[in-house]
Amino acid sequence: FKIRKECSKQELLRILSSASENQLFDIIISGGGMVGTAMACSLGLDPNLAGKKILLLEAGHKKEMDGVPETYSTRVSSISPGSATLLSLGAWDHIANMRCKPYNKMQVWDACSDALITFDKDNLQDEMAYIVENDVIVAALTKQLQTLSDHVKVQYRTKVVKYTWPRPYHVSESIPWVQVTLANGKTLQTKLLIGADGPNSMVRREAGIPTVKWNYDQSAVVAVLHLSEPTVNNVAWQRFLQTGPIAMLPLSDTESSLVWSTSHQHAEELLQLNEESFVDAINSAFWSNENHSEMVETAGSLFRTTLSVLMPDSGSARQLPPSVAGIGPKSRVMFPLGMGHATEYIRHRVAIIGDAAHRVHPLAGQGANLGFGDVAYLTKVLSQAAFNGKDLGKSMQHLLEFETERQRHNLPMMAAIDLMKRLYSTNAAPMVLLRTFGLQATNALPPLKEQIMAYASK
Amino acid sequence: MYSKKLARLAFGLLAESTFKCPLTRSVSSVRTLCSWTVCLHHRQKNPLSEGFSRRLTRLNVRTVSQTTLDPAEVRKFQAMASKWWDLQGEFAALHSMNDLRVPFIRDNLLNVHGILQLGKPLAGLRILDVGCGGGVLSEPLGRLGADVRGIDPVEDSVRTAELHSSYDPDLWERVRYQACTLEELAEEELEGFHAVVASEVVEHLADLDAFASCCQQVLKPGGSLFITTINKTNLSYVFGIVAAEQLLRIVPSGTHDWEKFISPEDLERLLESFGFYVEAIRGMMYNPLTGAWSWQQSTAINYALHAIKRKEEPQPGQVWAESENLDEPGRATNYS
Repeated sequence: FKIRKECSKQELLRILSSASENQLFDIIISGGGMVGTAMACSLGLDPNLAGKKILLLEAGHKKEMDGVPETYSTRVSSISPGSATLLSLGAWDHIANMRCKPYNKMQVWDACSDALITFDKDNLQDEMAYIVENDVIVAALTKQLQTLSDHVKVQYRTKVVKYTWPRPYHVSESIPWVQVTLANGKTLQTKLLIGADGPNSMVRREAGIPTVKWNYDQSAVVAVLHLSEPTVNNVAWQRFLQTGPIAMLPLSDTESSLVWSTSHQHAEELLQLNEESFVDAINSAFWSNENHSEMVETAGSLFRTTLSVLMPDSGSARQLPPSVAGIGPKSRVMFPLGMGHATEYIRHRVAIIGDAAHRVHPLAGQGANLGFGDVAYLTKVLSQAAFNGKDLGKSMQHLLEFETERQRHNLPMMAAIDLMKRLYSTNAAPMVLLRTFGLQATNALPPLKEQIMAYASK
Repeated sequence: MYSKKLARLAFGLLAESTFKCPLTRSVSSVRTLCSWTVCLHHRQKNPLSEGFSRRLTRLNVRTVSQTTLDPAEVRKFQAMASKWWDLQGEFAALHSMNDLRVPFIRDNLLNVHGILQLGKPLAGLRILDVGCGGGVLSEPLGRLGADVRGIDPVEDSVRTAELHSSYDPDLWERVRYQACTLEELAEEELEGFHAVVASEVVEHLADLDAFASCCQQVLKPGGSLFITTINKTNLSYVFGIVAAEQLLRIVPSGTHDWEKFISPEDLERLLESFGFYVEAIRGMMYNPLTGAWSWQQSTAINYALHAIKRKEEPQPGQVWAESENLDEPGRATNYS
């Protein structure tokens, strides 16, 4: 009995010294993209987490922007009002000072028929959402982080090579924290690891979280478009072509961003085209009606007439997007598209957020917003846990609350996006008729549209 | 000396039995034996007069404490001591009770002292956790910034608590454990603490008067006393003794002695006689299906109590001795 007491004292000393050598953090966030940096900001600004040691690890270099560059960057995101509220804790001011484009209306229509749906707030004065370049978001968040540098630390150009997971139960002579081994050989310890490292998340892989995923046979081509003439550019356009949706998102009165999801082969062809042919392809994709079949058009117009009799106020006139004259100097880029969902967002002392937890098709512009929603809720849950004196990584009750709530929100959204993608990928007449009627019916029901907009704005 | 042994035995009961809710999970047979033996002795106390019963229990204490200090039993306690931190184990309900007791303690202390530091709401406060066991309640209070001293007469529980808190340098600085009794501590730490927490302890004490007196000694004037315990009602008999022990056999027979439960009114009267005034009493309920506790209106089974030690009025010619942060505007400072 006495020997055991002495052993435990030595054990205590050893553990204590190891905790001080390898720094022990309260939270380590792995991945400094939009969502990871937003998580670090959000945790740093929370009053109940004041005094906790937080670290953000990013493999790339620090993204700073003293002033916005002249040219727009190709990767943009649509930021919903809910995400803007999260970012409004400081970072939104920086974004507003740099640049962002609010838009008031969205028109979505089919290439195979005349069906269309428009989303807008009641009076067109209100902003629906904002188009912001990804680089601007990260730079604004980085700037905000610098004001929190006393308890939120960031390490750039830091690559993680290994994660070591602790046992969920208390075992003597083992370290109960997550250990993060860096490429430079150092090992850090943390009570809670948050994985925000993108769709090919190492945290998720190493934690052994099963993921449901598949590749769409599509790639997205992104570019910056110069419009033919300046216009009040506050509408987002999306047309479902046979090969995939093409979207034009406003950046300024003279420029817009292109996101064209199409088959891999077609995407490569588009990249090879010279500038003029590419511009022609874009314009014809938005404007031409060659895919309309007579039957579908007749059926569609009949349905529309019926709806306009039943509900005279609904329905909208179809507008055409502005024509494109040229593209921005930065070259066009393409990247593959897929869907992914982690079956669990949490493990003992681990949580995953953003694209690491869920990856969606860009057709609904929701990828970044789902990630920001994760950030907001996880911060709320951790803040509550800290105010109750709990061990942040061990409090499964709170982590489970985060997982349940976010899965309940994310899964229906992801299912809807996937359904839309599949529905619009076919040219078969029955499906075309179905989606034509569906779209027109939805357009005729303002309450339903309001519900959809409210859900997407969270 | 005898009173110390009595108190040690009484506090030992805390470590031996699980949390004191009527619907506990299974308890090891060793614990059953010890607690049953002691309960038997305590039951015998009732029909006898005070002085005689005290001597009798003292004698019983000596025989039982010899049994308690049996090396074989101690080894078994060691095995049980490691179970404090198994969140799915026998002490699971005690861990989930933290969802009620930590906010209760925190909010009442914040009402009295105000928030001094963001992120560490209890910074600067010294708290004594009586019968801390494995440190289940001491650790969250330490994380909230308080300077916590946890005491428990069972050394193995204290070792378990120390080991568990040793991994975290923050906790190690703020939470300290000591294997001793409240009386031993009361001699060293007169008026040393801003708050005393005795959660699931008083229903296992033989001498509540001694307990109340010691609490009064170690608390600063205006300091807070937090108690959670079981009421003495028909309902607590039905749930705590009949249902839990005899019908469902969740708790072995004899773990709880219904005679030792105390109603909130009696506890309030006792504390008032020792210079406290009871500020809040709230009922608690355990749901065995969800494993969660909740507040409720009725104090019929479990309840939590917050009492404050009255401040003394200054005697003419004496220095007004009062520690900082204990201003209570609007409270009467009459000495009972």
